Amino acid sequence: MHSWHLFCYGGLRVCLEDQTDMLQSRPLLTLLVLSLSVLTLFPVIGDEFYQELVVRLMIMAIFAMSLDLLIGYTGLVSFGHAAFFGLSGYMLAIITPETEPISIWLALPFCLLVTATAALIIGWFSVRTSGIYFIMITLAFAQMFYYYFNENQNLGGSDGIFIFSKPTVFVGNIQILDLNNPLSFYYFVLISLIASYLILFVILQAPFGQVIRGILANETRTRALGFNTQKYKLISFIIGGTLAGFAGFLEAVAGGIISPAHLSWHESGTIMMVVILGGMGTLYGPVLGAFILGFLQDYFQEIWSAHWLLLLGIFIIVVVLLLPKGIAGLFSQTVHRKNTRK
Amino acid sequence: MDLVTFLIQVLNGLQYGFTLFLVASGLTLIFGIMGIINLAHGAFYMVGAYLSFWLFGITESLLLAIIVGLPIMLIFGYAIERLAISSLYKRDHLYQVLFTYGLILVLNEMQKILWGSDFNSVPIPEFLSTSIPLGNQEYPVYRLFVSLVCMIVAASMYIVISKTKLGMMIRAGATHREMTQVLGININRVFAIVFSFGAALAGFSGMIDAPLSSVYPGMGDYILIISFVVIVIGGIGSIKGAFVGAMLVGMADTFGKILLPEFSAMVIYALMALVLLWRPQGLFGRPN
Repeated sequence: MHSWHLFCYGGLRVCLEDQTDMLQSRPLLTLLVLSLSVLTLFPVIGDEFYQELVVRLMIMAIFAMSLDLLIGYTGLVSFGHAAFFGLSGYMLAIITPETEPISIWLALPFCLLVTATAALIIGWFSVRTSGIYFIMITLAFAQMFYYYFNENQNLGGSDGIFIFSKPTVFVGNIQILDLNNPLSFYYFVLISLIASYLILFVILQAPFGQVIRGILANETRTRALGFNTQKYKLISFIIGGTLAGFAGFLEAVAGGIISPAHLSWHESGTIMMVVILGGMGTLYGPVLGAFILGFLQDYFQEIWSAHWLLLLGIFIIVVVLLLPKGIAGLFSQTVHRKNTRK
Repeated sequence: MDLVTFLIQVLNGLQYGFTLFLVASGLTLIFGIMGIINLAHGAFYMVGAYLSFWLFGITESLLLAIIVGLPIMLIFGYAIERLAISSLYKRDHLYQVLFTYGLILVLNEMQKILWGSDFNSVPIPEFLSTSIPLGNQEYPVYRLFVSLVCMIVAASMYIVISKTKLGMMIRAGATHREMTQVLGININRVFAIVFSFGAALAGFSGMIDAPLSSVYPGMGDYILIISFVVIVIGGIGSIKGAFVGAMLVGMADTFGKILLPEFSAMVIYALMALVLLWRPQGLFGRPN
């Protein structure tokens, strides 16, 4: 049995000959280290005004990476990913009492558990379909959540609902982190971003990751090698959904409010755009995409606040027509050129 | 619910279904034949509605507005296909999704710049603005007129696609693209025609729908999502499926609002999930 599985994974590796390990490419490693140092030092060197923006961008980056696991690695193009993002935020709003803060050890597992269950149910229905049907059925489920929260007056209807206090982080009687302090919260989100990246990286290097990449490369062949591809797709969907829920939790803590807009199809579209523009199937691409797009949004809002979406739309159209491989494609192109020159 | 109310709701459901069919048929044609997922299709509907509002302001007649507006929609669709969509055929579906998403943002904002964020209305043409008695209630003639017009459009579409040479090229291009090209048919021209007709269909339904639904920003987003539900239920690429799907959704939405008012907005999505569970390729879709 064991050797049979080794054989199967060997077969997968042949299917995946095209995959390159990003840690072997020096420009990317440099970029990674550089951006990490900038993010770590940002509160010290950067403008305080932008600190809040960077927090939001890091949350967006986690959200985008969770979708990249589905789109870029498993081939599951989910157009309803915002459902998990928003659902988790609503769960935090529901569980937080009006008068006193709640412990993060209670709130976070609760939010993640609900999101994972929702992902299990939606995924169970959705992974039976493929292609454009998958895109549409995930969209349909997300719309159901949207309308549920939009019309539920107990949860604030279309205005959304406030989260009265940020969760507390106590170990025993000692408060180890104060999320109300902007600086602590900044580092909390930064560590969450790094942790999410590492978790996904490990998952993708593990046998599980090999199998889901095999599904993306050739599902029939992967099934022929003896893998229950439906099960792997479902697990991947649950991991992606739960991580999106984690991002939604952070977003709700950061903003102090959650509204149906957080799970609208515009939100799903925006995050999909971040993943594709950044470069899907790279993990760092969506992070880049989140930062570039986030800063651009901020810039566009500043120069033409009334119609900034027009500028964003033009930007998207230009990138699609001129940069076939997304923003990350710019990097891998230069890497490729350097390697061939040797 | 008494019989008259029931009958009125059936008529409303049919009329809504017919309007949906006009939008959804263009969407399903464009996907089935060209393989393009056109998210901007709802925006074309909105452009049509605003064109009728704008042209009505100039011509004072909805009929004239539609006569002038339709060629504008055709040229508009043709230009978009030639300038941008045509370079995306060989790319991943995702880039088409992304491009048309960008197009939605641009069109929505252009609409706000040109016509502002207010709700506008287009009056019903005078000779159609009466009602006919139906039992103890009345039913507006314009709704019946819209259903009739949609029926005529649907029938002519059926004839064009199943009986004419152009229709033959379209069907051949959808199923055997390379073979059609080998036979000397300029498939790119067929694509351009299909896309601009699809855009015109969406625009047209926006125009005749304008007096019923009023003209407002973001009206395209709603119709887009519903149209996707319609074509997924019917089976993507199938005109017959789009018709059946549109009628099902029209009825489900109309009766959902009466029977399950609290969950009315969710009814059609639940319907879609159920259909996909039973037949993952939609009612009339080809299994892949």
